[in-house]
Amino acid sequence: METIKNVSVPEVSLSGKLEGLEQQYIDLYKQYHEQIKQHSASVMNLSRDVSFGLFEQLGFPTSKLENYKYTDLKEPLSGEYGLNLNRLKIPVNPYEVFKCDVPGIHSYLYFVVNDGFYPVNDTRNETLPEGVIIGSLSQMAEVHPELIENYYGKLSNTKKDGLVAFNGAFAQDGFFMYVPKNVQLDRPVQLINIMRSDVDFMANSHNLIILGEGAKAQLLVCDHTVDDVRFLSNRVTEVFIGENATYEHYKLENTHTKTTNLSTLLIDQQASSNVLGNIITLHNGVTRNTIEIDIDGENCETLLCGMAIADKKQQVDNFTSIIHNQPNSNSRELFKYVLDDMSKGGFTGKLYVARDAQKTSAFQTNRNILLNKSAKMRTKPQLEIYADDVKCSHGATIGQLDETAKFYMQSRGIPEKEARLLLMYAFTGDVIENIRIDALQDRIKLLVEKRLRGELSNYEGCVICQ
Amino acid sequence: MNTTNNNQSQAQTSPLLGRTGEPLLTIKNLHANVNGKEILKGLDLTVRQGEIHAIMGPNGAGKSTLASVLTGNPAFEVTHGSVTFYGKDLLELSPEQRANEGIFLSFQYPVEIPGVSMVNFMRTAINEQRKYRGLDQISATDFLRLMREKKELVEMDNKLANRSVNEGFSGGEKKRNEIFQMAMLDPSLSILDETDSGLDIDALRIVANGVNKLKRPDNASIVITHYQRLLDYIIPDFVHVLYDGKIVKSGTKDLAFELEERGYDWIKQEVEETR
Amino acid sequence: MAEDILHEVTQADYKYGFTTDIETDIIPIGLNEDVVRLISAKKNEPDWLLEYRLKAYRHWTTMKMPEWAQLKIPEINYQNISYYAAPRKNAPKNLDEVDPELLNTFNKLGIPLEEQMALSGIAVDAVMDSVSVKTTFKETLAEKGIIFCSFSEAVEHHPDLVRKYMGSVVPHTDNFYAALNTAVFSDGSFVYIPKGVRCPMELSTYFRINAINTGQFERTLIIADEDSYVSYLEGCTAPMRDENQLHAAIVEIVVQKNAEVKYSTVQNWYPGDKEGKGGVYNFVTKRGLCKGDNSKLSWTQVETGSAITWKYPSCILQGDNSSAEFYSVAVTNHHQQADTGTKMIHLGKNTSSHILSKGISAGVSNNSYRGLVRVAANAENARNFSQCDSLLLGDKCGAHTFPYMEVNNDSAIVEHEATTSKINEDQIFYCNQRGISTEDAVGLIVNGYAKEVINQLPMEFAVEAQKLLQITLEGSVG
Repeated sequence: METIKNVSVPEVSLSGKLEGLEQQYIDLYKQYHEQIKQHSASVMNLSRDVSFGLFEQLGFPTSKLENYKYTDLKEPLSGEYGLNLNRLKIPVNPYEVFKCDVPGIHSYLYFVVNDGFYPVNDTRNETLPEGVIIGSLSQMAEVHPELIENYYGKLSNTKKDGLVAFNGAFAQDGFFMYVPKNVQLDRPVQLINIMRSDVDFMANSHNLIILGEGAKAQLLVCDHTVDDVRFLSNRVTEVFIGENATYEHYKLENTHTKTTNLSTLLIDQQASSNVLGNIITLHNGVTRNTIEIDIDGENCETLLCGMAIADKKQQVDNFTSIIHNQPNSNSRELFKYVLDDMSKGGFTGKLYVARDAQKTSAFQTNRNILLNKSAKMRTKPQLEIYADDVKCSHGATIGQLDETAKFYMQSRGIPEKEARLLLMYAFTGDVIENIRIDALQDRIKLLVEKRLRGELSNYEGCVICQ
Repeated sequence: MNTTNNNQSQAQTSPLLGRTGEPLLTIKNLHANVNGKEILKGLDLTVRQGEIHAIMGPNGAGKSTLASVLTGNPAFEVTHGSVTFYGKDLLELSPEQRANEGIFLSFQYPVEIPGVSMVNFMRTAINEQRKYRGLDQISATDFLRLMREKKELVEMDNKLANRSVNEGFSGGEKKRNEIFQMAMLDPSLSILDETDSGLDIDALRIVANGVNKLKRPDNASIVITHYQRLLDYIIPDFVHVLYDGKIVKSGTKDLAFELEERGYDWIKQEVEETR
Repeated sequence: MAEDILHEVTQADYKYGFTTDIETDIIPIGLNEDVVRLISAKKNEPDWLLEYRLKAYRHWTTMKMPEWAQLKIPEINYQNISYYAAPRKNAPKNLDEVDPELLNTFNKLGIPLEEQMALSGIAVDAVMDSVSVKTTFKETLAEKGIIFCSFSEAVEHHPDLVRKYMGSVVPHTDNFYAALNTAVFSDGSFVYIPKGVRCPMELSTYFRINAINTGQFERTLIIADEDSYVSYLEGCTAPMRDENQLHAAIVEIVVQKNAEVKYSTVQNWYPGDKEGKGGVYNFVTKRGLCKGDNSKLSWTQVETGSAITWKYPSCILQGDNSSAEFYSVAVTNHHQQADTGTKMIHLGKNTSSHILSKGISAGVSNNSYRGLVRVAANAENARNFSQCDSLLLGDKCGAHTFPYMEVNNDSAIVEHEATTSKINEDQIFYCNQRGISTEDAVGLIVNGYAKEVINQLPMEFAVEAQKLLQITLEGSVG
């Protein structure tokens, strides 16, 4: 009887709260909201109280919510995290700690330390094309209020996600990038997120990226944690892609096991735009990536890739959602997981094709390898299709390395360990191939190989730098 | 439209002599588009009972478009001109009505229909045709006898008949299956669209034999092909060259040999010069 | 032109939509403990069963209707339903005693009892509204020790078996509708196949809702003892009514060591009219337990009816080397909604499961596949392959796929593939060119698309299923 009880259809309640954990933040906000607002741009303060009210209602998401089924935030959200509401300057020289050059990449380079944009006078950034604005969101909100007012909070739906609402209430700064019409950035923009603190620390940052019509940009986001304390990052990134614009978003996470990384990436595509997202989790603690791409124009191309290598007790949950609101667009999705030890993987691939989005073609693949008895994988493709003239497919597998291929290699004299490595490496190959910056691709290949060899199984600071 | 008069005038002005059969198909000044692009640009052709017409031409000339338009493929739009079949306005008819009137297309790329057995498919088609012609449904025994008889004609494997329509068939098997269906449905006008493509020499012979055996004084064929090879087996009465949406040259079988030897460039040149 | 055909075909009558003029014994609408006691008393049930019903009822009052399905379910007033309706002339001893009207009904349904007894050798238990009317072939089966009777008879004559297995696969706490059924179930079928016995004929039950404002809450319990085999068929129809009729059944199957059970359903409850008025709400919990080693369970369903379907025939693979299959064709048209699929729970070692689902949506309907494949931590070498295809006919319907895969063991191989596409226009044109109308072409193509599933059905059902697909969908291409 016991076993049977456990297999009933999971009931999902529409509102879920981690009762109790919210209270300290509710009290905090009530006490300090004046200070929060004082240290933030007025544009960001406009919706702050509303966001807080919604958070009060929604609470933190629980695994009872369908969209958070594979992430249990109870443990990560328990405990006392410090918040830097008064915007105290963090003593850090990012260059000293992180020489984050990918060999061969000549990039524009920026830092966000915890939840604040960290200004440095980097000579490389002096050659930014005219009209391009990159900097602190809160600062730019004072300089260009009209620009930011039109975009800030327009994609982040604080009504449906407690984490987004929480971000709306507490976020004070973040990264801002504006690439005007027909400007094409000649080099990738690299954004280094560094978490550093002497006490357990929570950061709520909000990034805003706007590409005008025909603009082109590549953004490489690296996440790192430094000190041996618990970190919680709750980041919302809104990206607006104008007509005919091309945008590449690479996210590389390499954080330590005491990190909880909650990231919401929201992308809106206008007609004939081209977007590539590649979300790589190399090393982490608990990661939840929410990636939502709205296709709001015809003839768009969307490619969303990602991979995760996890061991120990690491958890990686990628919740992805691609929404076709307009006809004649193509989307492809490819996610791969290699899970060892007691790690847990989760993947949701929501694909929505609206009634009028005829001639949509959308393909999705999720493949997973379990290397250890205690590793767990949960995957859920979710196709909701309301147009008839579409071509949609998805495939998902959970399994092991191909034993016959392994044996074939062994019979050619390759040791088993090496054969396994080669197969795992090959398994992740097609995700890495979808990195369109050659030097970065080479670097990631090397890092993945090292990670699979176990050389990166312990956190080593910024792996990109070595 | 007075189609009868048109037919007569077409017959009188035909450049080709020695034609005696009843006109079966008359195409006048046919223009057709696909995806908004004009492919057929004023095509004229008359086919009489007992005749075999070969239509040749370079890639993209509009050969397959002609087959699609004659059979009513909804992807093609007729913008101008007329097509009459036994005096009826063909363009007014739905694809299945045209089929039941006696037009058969051997597809260049026969379509696979998973899960639908050949037997079920053919019985449905035969009965639809009989219904259209006011006949009773075919009895199971008659149907099976007919199947057996016609399978032999194209040397078709028994197993193929029990499989789903074209599913998992090789290229040659698909083409043989087309001729088998043609035999079953006994059309008055058959259109063979690149039936030779993808066939080895044995399959080509079998297919051509099938077509020749089905030839009668009261039916006709249009053979669309890129190469002269098929015409060694199916001897045409007339050969037409289709170029840029029009028939630019007509002749006898010798024209096919000439095309095989000299290619299509000289034709293109001639056309350009007369412009 | 295609529009016309769509129009014409979707007007097709629901040919099972007749009511039968039979005196029925209906209790007043509403649900409370007294009603549960009344049902139990009407059926002369033992105390333990009444207690079980009451426990389920009390649990039900604490539960809410599940909301996670891709369904828009209008509010249901559970106090506005009568929970018991029985044809008044009860418990006939032989066919002569069966109400001639009722026999006529079954003839209209295409299941003439005598004819079936004589010709097809299928044993039929017919459940009309709530009460099992007549079980044929009982004597023939009894010779082999097979018990095939109404659930009420089983409670009376085989209380130990019922008590042992009832609720062992679907506990009364399982879900809202299962709790409701356990509290108010009226009758159903009971099957017991003894050790080593291969049931010589297919067992069949026909369900029909007839009375107004009644819910039908039947309960089926099938036990296949060691080394036994049985194939069981279930058919469903309901008359056309403007009001929605509620159907919340439970099917429990226990498959012991080396035994095999095949369960086939052709569900054709009244789907409502083309404006979405009326129709049956089909909220069913079906689950089988592959309890013993090497046991095998196979579900096949062809779902063409019901206004709303909420149904996930599931398998718990507890025995080592046990295997399970789920084959499904679900068709929705007009305003129908279906959220259906399966759950495969791998617990034993070397277990395997196979899922093949074909969804077809037309009109303004919504059709969802929802499936769960779970591999427990100790389920070494589990294998699953799932394929879910959706076909869309028309641009106002929806097709959705929600496959959940949860793997807790690294020796498992779990694979899922799915496609969604509109009906292939090249195929339709190919048929047209051979003289076949678009209407018939769609019928052919859809039947071909569903063939792998229909092939799993016993012959008599396969023919009916093909006809149903034809009726519901021919030419529904917009």
